Amino acid sequence: MANVTLRNVRKTYTGGFEAIKGVNVDVGDGQFCVLVGPSGCGKSTLLRMVAGLETVTGGEIDIGGRVVNQVEPADRDIAMVFQNYALYPHMSVFNNMAYGLRNRGMKEAEVKTRVEEAARVLELAPMLERKPRQLSGGQRQRVAMGRAIVRQPKVFLFDEPLSNLDAKLRIAMRVEIRKLQRRLNTTSIYVTHDQLEAMTLADILVVMNGGQVEQIGNPLAIYEKPATTFVASFIGAPPMNLMSTRTEEIKSQLGGSAGDAGILGIRPEDFVITDQTPAGGVALPLTVEAIERVGAETFIYGSRAQDEQRVAATPGELPPGEVIVRIPGTEAPAIGQKIRVGAIRSKLHLFSGDGRSRIEA
Amino acid sequence: MQKQAIFQSKLLPYALVAPQLAIVLIFFYWPALQAVIQSFLLQDAFGLSSNFVWLDNYVELFRDPAYFEAIVRTFFFSFAIAVSSLSFALLLAVMADKPLRGSMLYRTLLIWPYAVAPPVVGVLWIFMLHPSLGVLARYLRAVGIDWNPLLDGNQAAALIILAAAWKQISYNFLFFLAGLQAIPKSVFEAAAIDGARPMRRFWTVTFPLLSPTIFFLLVVNIVYAFFDTFGIIDTMTRGGPGTSTVTLVYKVYSDGLLGGNLGSSAAQSVILMVMVIVLTGIQFRFVERKVTY
Repeated sequence: MANVTLRNVRKTYTGGFEAIKGVNVDVGDGQFCVLVGPSGCGKSTLLRMVAGLETVTGGEIDIGGRVVNQVEPADRDIAMVFQNYALYPHMSVFNNMAYGLRNRGMKEAEVKTRVEEAARVLELAPMLERKPRQLSGGQRQRVAMGRAIVRQPKVFLFDEPLSNLDAKLRIAMRVEIRKLQRRLNTTSIYVTHDQLEAMTLADILVVMNGGQVEQIGNPLAIYEKPATTFVASFIGAPPMNLMSTRTEEIKSQLGGSAGDAGILGIRPEDFVITDQTPAGGVALPLTVEAIERVGAETFIYGSRAQDEQRVAATPGELPPGEVIVRIPGTEAPAIGQKIRVGAIRSKLHLFSGDGRSRIEA
Repeated sequence: MQKQAIFQSKLLPYALVAPQLAIVLIFFYWPALQAVIQSFLLQDAFGLSSNFVWLDNYVELFRDPAYFEAIVRTFFFSFAIAVSSLSFALLLAVMADKPLRGSMLYRTLLIWPYAVAPPVVGVLWIFMLHPSLGVLARYLRAVGIDWNPLLDGNQAAALIILAAAWKQISYNFLFFLAGLQAIPKSVFEAAAIDGARPMRRFWTVTFPLLSPTIFFLLVVNIVYAFFDTFGIIDTMTRGGPGTSTVTLVYKVYSDGLLGGNLGSSAAQSVILMVMVIVLTGIQFRFVERKVTY
């Protein structure tokens, strides 16, 4: 049991490229921390630094009250689950799980007990003698998990462990990982680019972009109050609609309350189709361009009449002038139809013109 | 899936394979057949007449203790060459696999010796280790070793093994490096996190995962040591001193071309041919099916 603290952690490669630009994160004992961000944001690098697979060029990594910057991976008392599982292909499932225990000189009887216990928990008992190549993707994933849990480490590190599985299995394993972590109560750091995985697993969510932390906090708190436009469009699917407050149409509706805000954000599900303008809120006329029905809900892709000057700056953001509206059920307007959608005051998110800060009205 | 190509003319496919067949027939089957026929004949010293002697050449060979010595010596050489060049190449490959600056350059340099022809290798090493000309020989004598491979059979054998193994290191290195790079880096990282120190990591992860490459190279190196060391032996020791560096291939040459005993030489060739067939058979059987872990 341990907490993990990152203090102003930096990583600069020899070429001068700065992959991690000073990250501060505090993961409490037994907490599940998820690092999420687009590819290249440095989340995997950060995890590998915690594991000891990458050197730390600045700041401190503290595991259980001990600064581990110079400690070998083997001596950090961590276990890691890799994206490609990294099982030892020439060893049986049993030996894969036992390897780390035997390396530490554990008695064979104890090794057997621990591996069999892990195999029981992960439902791997019938395949202990098989080689990894004889297993399915999901089973390999379980072996990788088993290899981590038999060690009973202070910290679990997960590097996109579910990205090689198909969609159904991914959801099932996601739930299992969460249950397992709750039961073992082991501090965990989990890297993913999937915002849904991030939202569902995390106690603490760390949204990263360009080697920096954009926002840290409880997943729902982040969803409800994104600190930057990057977080606003990255967390939530479909992404938040972002539009300039400078256009006449929106300026007039917001009135003085816009203040210094340059960007207005509204989540697709916060819109309702209505002829009225909600008091203090915003209404937009849209032309329906496309409809997506997924059963329980329907997504309406609309275009605004006004020209949108702002340019989509960050990945995952909608193209300017496009608005997504999410409505329950399957009833939707026809393509080409002109509609009005509105959102109430409390559902509006205001950001500074550069999108770097949130403005509370 | 259509596997059979369609030809309009029935002759065309035969015409297309004819050049290849001609090469194989003229340069392989014909001489091989000649050797087999020759091995049943006894020729007089001037090559004027030859008698059919059935298996006498073979019987005589197997009664000759010198032939058995050559067999044992060849196996010993092969083993020594294969083991030393494989282990040294593996050491180099493991070192070169690390991401260091200039790796492209030294990887290229490590591969170069393979381009050197065997007789040139022989000459190179002779220049270094010749008892009166050699640069290294002086130092060896300076540290009290009575170095004279021209008189000492064991030293001559060591010299041959050294030169032959050196030449093969590049080839082995190339395969080992490719083999190492085919193993995902995360497997080594997982082993590091699992508490395996570098030496243990090598013996429990790297080595077993390279075993298919090792087996393949073992066969290739044995074949090399059996046959391709001729140039090295001929330039360095000519089989001497005495017969201490005469291998099976060198004996074919020295008995046949130098000794004029064509019948015996042919019989030896046939035996060697059988050995190659067996070795190639083993290689196909295992390499094709792959030594899996």
